Amino acid sequence: MSDWERSSTARVVPPARPRKLAKVPFVELADGRVQGVVSSGSDIERVYVSSVAAGTFAFACSTNNNRPCGGARGSFCRHIRTLIDEAALQYGPERVARYLRLDTDVWGTTEDALAVAMIATGPPRGDNAAAASVFSRFLRHLAYLELAPTTAPVPEMQWFPPTRAVA
Amino acid sequence: MVPAHQGGGVMRVDLLTESVAGLDEALAAVDAFDRALVVGLLRPHAVQAAGLTELADAVAGTPLAGRVAEAAEKAAAGAASEDHFVALAAARTALVGSVHDALMERVEAATGRSHAGESVPEPPEPHPANLLVAARSWLADLARCGWQGIDHEVVSGSAAVVSAMLPDPDLRRLATLLDGFAAELAASCPGSALERVPVRRWADLWSRAMVLTVPGAAGVPVTGMVSGRLLPLGVDVQEHATAVQAQVHAVFEPADGGASRLVRGCVSVPKPDTIVGAGLWQLLRPHMSLLAAVSEGRSMDLSDMPVTAEGDLVWSDARARAGAPADAFATARVALSTASVSATAPLDRHPARIAAPVFLEGYSSQQDDDGLTFTVADHRLAVDTDRIPTAGPLTPEAVAVSRACIGLLRWDAGEFTLQPLAVETTVRKKLTAIHAGAWAGGTTDKAGARAEKAATDAGTMLRERAGRLLRK
Ligand SMILES: [Zn+2]
Repeated sequence: MSDWERSSTARVVPPARPRKLAKVPFVELADGRVQGVVSSGSDIERVYVSSVAAGTFAFACSTNNNRPCGGARGSFCRHIRTLIDEAALQYGPERVARYLRLDTDVWGTTEDALAVAMIATGPPRGDNAAAASVFSRFLRHLAYLELAPTTAPVPEMQWFPPTRAVA
Repeated sequence: MVPAHQGGGVMRVDLLTESVAGLDEALAAVDAFDRALVVGLLRPHAVQAAGLTELADAVAGTPLAGRVAEAAEKAAAGAASEDHFVALAAARTALVGSVHDALMERVEAATGRSHAGESVPEPPEPHPANLLVAARSWLADLARCGWQGIDHEVVSGSAAVVSAMLPDPDLRRLATLLDGFAAELAASCPGSALERVPVRRWADLWSRAMVLTVPGAAGVPVTGMVSGRLLPLGVDVQEHATAVQAQVHAVFEPADGGASRLVRGCVSVPKPDTIVGAGLWQLLRPHMSLLAAVSEGRSMDLSDMPVTAEGDLVWSDARARAGAPADAFATARVALSTASVSATAPLDRHPARIAAPVFLEGYSSQQDDDGLTFTVADHRLAVDTDRIPTAGPLTPEAVAVSRACIGLLRWDAGEFTLQPLAVETTVRKKLTAIHAGAWAGGTTDKAGARAEKAATDAGTMLRERAGRLLRK
């Protein structure tokens, strides 16, 4: 076995890069999609739940009250573009492209080219069936803020050293 | 020639580079079992069956022997129950424990520090087991799938268990472990497309989680209250996407004049994955005044602070107050070598848990493709600069030009390494100490303040959303 294979503390997932959270409070690579929650520019009470599927780039965007987004009929709306941009900031463009199975020759190397490259393929409109589960994952994510700290030792964290490597 | 340092013991790096008897054999049995988990135990092939037998044979002379032999046989036939998986995890834990003990003997010989001799008592009464049963069932599913067989459906089976466990302090350890483990597995799906598998790591995490599903396994009881002076050496940070822990390593001098000992003060908290860097300190800072003392270079005076037999203080701000200024390098030079080491709880006997504070000077450093190494009296010690947290002033470059170093001696992938916690180096002709955890309690440093501001904004944004959405 290689050193990496016989390391107890091998780094498997690079840590998220810091980014501003105002426009996109939540984005994740999960359930075969880049999915998340995008703030409405105008209404603080409203957010959009947006997603793009890996492989097909099928896209969906709707409000948290399940109203379809007017901008996401023919192609990516600005919420979806913003979502992809922020995903690239948080996870690094390579990891997002790999997750989406987006050919690296197609999109080149700059972050904003990710959405552009997918739009160029004429992606299909998906349904909004996943919106409720994405929104509940966002709530679960926020709920971590409410968990109490402990000063009892958690020796299991010894398996999770920090790394200076970036995504 | 061995460099002598003032008042301190001499670190015998040569003892860390010699081979350890029995270690390769024990790890070979561990590896054989770990490889069986790569393919999975649903329909094991001959190679995996042999791996299971090798594990069972390696614990043949121990009290576990009978149960493990039976478990290995059932697993080899693809018919293991959850209890059989627990037995296999326990066997692997015992084997790795023997490796830990052999390595710790080396560490004690190299540092000249002695063992306090106290043993760790049995944990208190078990916790109600529903969630533990659910966790065990998920882990058994993983073992059957194997790492190459994982998919999103299997991995997501842990989410509900983790969410239910996290708020319960008694289940926090297992919850934190499963949460970090599941995130890695999710990021690695489908397993069939993996180019390489972190074989030992995932088997470690799996076995540890499996053993923690045994009610009571996670308890390390408080064995006393201590009063006296606490002299911090440095801060070690650990993090995964949704949790962070800071551990302050320190020398404790009892007020009654008893022998000093090495202790740790720690604080941890679950977190959203978008809180990173300086944001981690912001989450932890309000809950342990010791972090501020580290940043200010102070000692702390403790009165009746609970401590475990492992030397972990169970910190309470009410039982500590800021003491006189204390330079970590003075502590390292004068007090470190005579402080005694605490016992290790049975479940914590694992090489990954080794983190022995050491002080080095009089070394030369070499940087090459494999990274940084310090050479002490002709013996090389690899320096793990990747563990230095980004939210702090210490950098790999500063470590490379340093003249003295406080660090943690660790062991991974077959070798001892040094994790730097602080260095002394010359900045503009002046000897300067740089601490990895300098920003723990806050900072006035320009780069630090900028990182703090960005992290504050992110935290505020998320809290505002949580306030709006979670209580609807
Ligand atoms: Zn939209």
